[in-house]
Amino acid sequence: MNVFFYDKSFEGLLSAVFDAYARKKFPDLLLEKGDVPPLLVEYSHEVVTCPEKTERVWSGLRKKLPKLVLTQLTYAWLSETAGSDEVIFRYIRKAFDKPHCIATDFNDEDVLSLKKLTQKVSKEVQYLAMFIRFQRMADGIYFAPVAPVYNVLPLATGHLVDRFSDQRWIVYDEGRKYGYYYNQKTVMEMALDDESSLQNGRLREDLMAGDEKLFQDLWKRYFKTLTIKERMNRKLQRQHMPQRYWKYITEKQ
Amino acid sequence: MEKDVLKKIEVLTASAKYDISCASSGTTRKSQPGKLGSTSGWGICHSFTEDGRCVSLLKIMLTNYCIFDCAYCINRKSNDIPRTALTPQELIDLTMEFYRRNYIEGLFISSGIMRNPDYTMERMLKVVKDLRTVHRFNGYIHMKSIPGASRELVQEAGLYADRLSVNIEIPTEQNLKLLAPDKSYESIYRPMGYIQQGVLESAEERRKYRSAPRFAPAGQSTQMIVGATSENDQTILGLSAALYQRQGMKRVYYSGYIPINNDRRLPVVKEAPLVRENRLYQADWLMRFYQFGVNEIVDEQHPNLDLDIDPKLSWALRHPEAFPVDVNTADYAQILRIPGIGVKSAQLIVASRKYSRLTAQSLAKIGVVMKRAQYFITCHELPMYTIHEATPGYLRELLSEKRTDALPQQLYFPFSQSVVV
Repeated sequence: MNVFFYDKSFEGLLSAVFDAYARKKFPDLLLEKGDVPPLLVEYSHEVVTCPEKTERVWSGLRKKLPKLVLTQLTYAWLSETAGSDEVIFRYIRKAFDKPHCIATDFNDEDVLSLKKLTQKVSKEVQYLAMFIRFQRMADGIYFAPVAPVYNVLPLATGHLVDRFSDQRWIVYDEGRKYGYYYNQKTVMEMALDDESSLQNGRLREDLMAGDEKLFQDLWKRYFKTLTIKERMNRKLQRQHMPQRYWKYITEKQ
Repeated sequence: MEKDVLKKIEVLTASAKYDISCASSGTTRKSQPGKLGSTSGWGICHSFTEDGRCVSLLKIMLTNYCIFDCAYCINRKSNDIPRTALTPQELIDLTMEFYRRNYIEGLFISSGIMRNPDYTMERMLKVVKDLRTVHRFNGYIHMKSIPGASRELVQEAGLYADRLSVNIEIPTEQNLKLLAPDKSYESIYRPMGYIQQGVLESAEERRKYRSAPRFAPAGQSTQMIVGATSENDQTILGLSAALYQRQGMKRVYYSGYIPINNDRRLPVVKEAPLVRENRLYQADWLMRFYQFGVNEIVDEQHPNLDLDIDPKLSWALRHPEAFPVDVNTADYAQILRIPGIGVKSAQLIVASRKYSRLTAQSLAKIGVVMKRAQYFITCHELPMYTIHEATPGYLRELLSEKRTDALPQQLYFPFSQSVVV
């Protein structure tokens, strides 16, 4: 069995592809540096992440694959699920080895897995666009805590900047302890020093703007009245709006 | 903002909630400097009510006072319900503040009819115009066009709203006259025509000048109540098909009749005809995305949709001669007609079969529902047990959705016996 060790970064993964072709040895297993190798190892190699290698692999891919697939590769990487790096590795290898473009060969297991991984991640991005709830703070900044399954905050900021371009806002990933602040011009990464301003997924009441509570109440009232009793279907509601988000959704709090 | 808005929002939402449409789709508009908001082509749902419906827009009435007396409507003038009205400023504030908190995609403004249709349209138009021009709101606006409104007002509305809609409500004029004596088909179709014309004219203008203003870029939609009157599915779908021929008609909504009012002109029902409504939507999808003609879905022999099986399966069982379809060679249109294969899987099949032969196993992985599809396809493997061996009758038994309620649905209610006053 061939094992490659790398630093679990996307650049590292691309460097691993470069090394594999240079050595004509392809890994059956990708491990992080410091992981315990399996019992029977035939060949093992430690990848050094190097910008030149990364750039060469990426520009090679740009020639081989449509732009959409390159985005899919980064999305699949951000899923951070076990084994996703191996799918990406095998995909890249096939893309280089096959004479034709493999982008639409969904009969191939890795092409299909990449598509499914991408779908999962982009669904999560959509969920953010749908279920983020801003709360207005006393200083006029709109604040939204979230906890997405995948690390998708960087993918969602584009939409938020486009939509809320004339207000200052923060989205904050409570699970990963970082967020983005937008000051009406640029987006910058930030972290909260003190998380006591958050209570159960919402802002502490003394930090809210004066009329924030009123608008939350108005919205809750609107949401409640909108239900048609004769058509009750809570299962359908949960299907569309996963319960893990309810903590952050004003009308479900 | 006053505290009594809480009460108003409750009354006016209760009055607006029976309008099904809440889509924010149909137009993509990026953010513009100094303006708030954007619209995204597919629309975004921001919440889901306990009945499972998407909440995308702030769907509310400007007022629920109404001079009309339509039998099916909660706001008819003979109903004893609390009445109130929002001031334009209150509605604008609500929209802006909700939008800034990412609660909504925009506003769906509707209204009961005050004094006359034009007076009402003017009031609504003021809100929409102020939102766009004074408050620089760039999100989605869906505006109801009042039956009987004049051409000038509809044309002005189209410049500010993304989508305009006029509800047909009842699929035949005769029954509309019976239930809504104040309305006529003319008063509904005329504003529809104005919208259609506006869309066409703007498209023509924009061909000459890229900067010409867009008219209702997300087109128009309409709604029909299903089960309040005696029309069969053939009449309803026939009307939908005719409407979709029109320029700019994006959606026809079907709303299963819910008994809100006690009225001798209306049928007595135990529960809303939700299954029938669902089948109508499936048929609607077949017309819009699956290249089916309305006559293939319903005809003289089968004027109503089958409640136990979906319309696509129903068509397949009536046409065993079209199957089995070879997924490796058949064209896209044929693959779309296989039960268990949707638009997405059909596209995947067509895209991937040029690389290698598809097998039953790979179809299942792609996302084909083999439980249904297996009787209608062949992929040059072992001979399969197709519709010809199994017979349509047996497949119908095997694949019909088991419903728990044994009682007949409202579909079969004997309308001929209902008393007409």
